[in-house]
Amino acid sequence: MAPQRRTNVTPKPYLIGVVLALVLTVIPFGVVASRALPPKQIFVVIGAAAIVQIVVHLRFFLHLELKPSSPNQRIALCFAVVLLMLAGGTLWIMFNLHDRTM
Amino acid sequence: MTDGAVTAGIGDQIEAEAANRAIDERAYGFWIYLMSDAIIFALLLATFAVMSHSTADGPSSHALFRLSHAFAKTMLLLASSTTFGFASVAIAAEQCRRTLAWLSVTFLFGLGFIAMEISEFHAMAVAGAGPWRSGFLSALFTLNGTYGAHVSVGLILIVVLGCEVARRGLNPFVVSRLRRLGLFWHFLDIVWIAIFSIVYLPGLI
Repeated sequence: MAPQRRTNVTPKPYLIGVVLALVLTVIPFGVVASRALPPKQIFVVIGAAAIVQIVVHLRFFLHLELKPSSPNQRIALCFAVVLLMLAGGTLWIMFNLHDRTM
Repeated sequence: MTDGAVTAGIGDQIEAEAANRAIDERAYGFWIYLMSDAIIFALLLATFAVMSHSTADGPSSHALFRLSHAFAKTMLLLASSTTFGFASVAIAAEQCRRTLAWLSVTFLFGLGFIAMEISEFHAMAVAGAGPWRSGFLSALFTLNGTYGAHVSVGLILIVVLGCEVARRGLNPFVVSRLRRLGLFWHFLDIVWIAIFSIVYLPGLI
């Protein structure tokens, strides 16, 4: 409780977070706007920038500190697995079906 | 007399600890709600990914999306998330007026996002590209409609809690509610990262 309060007192994490988020937003939008890369590489840039930006948001805006063996980490891991199973499974089944019926 | 004062002091301490624990438990429960919301958005995004090429000879993402529009919406949300952060700083410093000022700025950025969203989807529907046109558009309207509903609820909560701060000041109950609203607001910005990376940018490549 106490350390969480202290991190909230200064605007510094929010300023760091917004600068990093800005950079990680401008990169994918810039790549798409300029069409400088082949489509496959653009997808990789978009995906990588999105994942890093989500981590930046969790760390600097939501103050989520994942220390090993904390209950937060276990919950986050459980939900990440459920999320991947649901979303990944949906995509897998639907694209497989699409390939078979087309 | 002194004994009474001492036990009262311990009683207060126990009460304060219990109150803190209750606030922590609510934050924990709120995290579980946020994770279940994340599952809804993940499934809507997966549905959109499956439907993204099912345009039924209707307008495709290239004809409908504009990069500048998507970028402006992203900036509005990022700005609102940051100003909510500044509001949290003001709350921690127990500055009532600054809290209200930053909450108002956050509200205006969020309102700007919703206004852009409504004008975008209204223009699409008027041009014959409504959710009835194709699987792609059904998935798009469902996803963005759900997202817009979440942001709208967030805006209503900002107004409600803003009124509570204005009337009663920053008491522990309001502060704990504001903290959970902050979690909700920052969470929505994270969902938007997934939306612009899966819906808008790939649709314009």
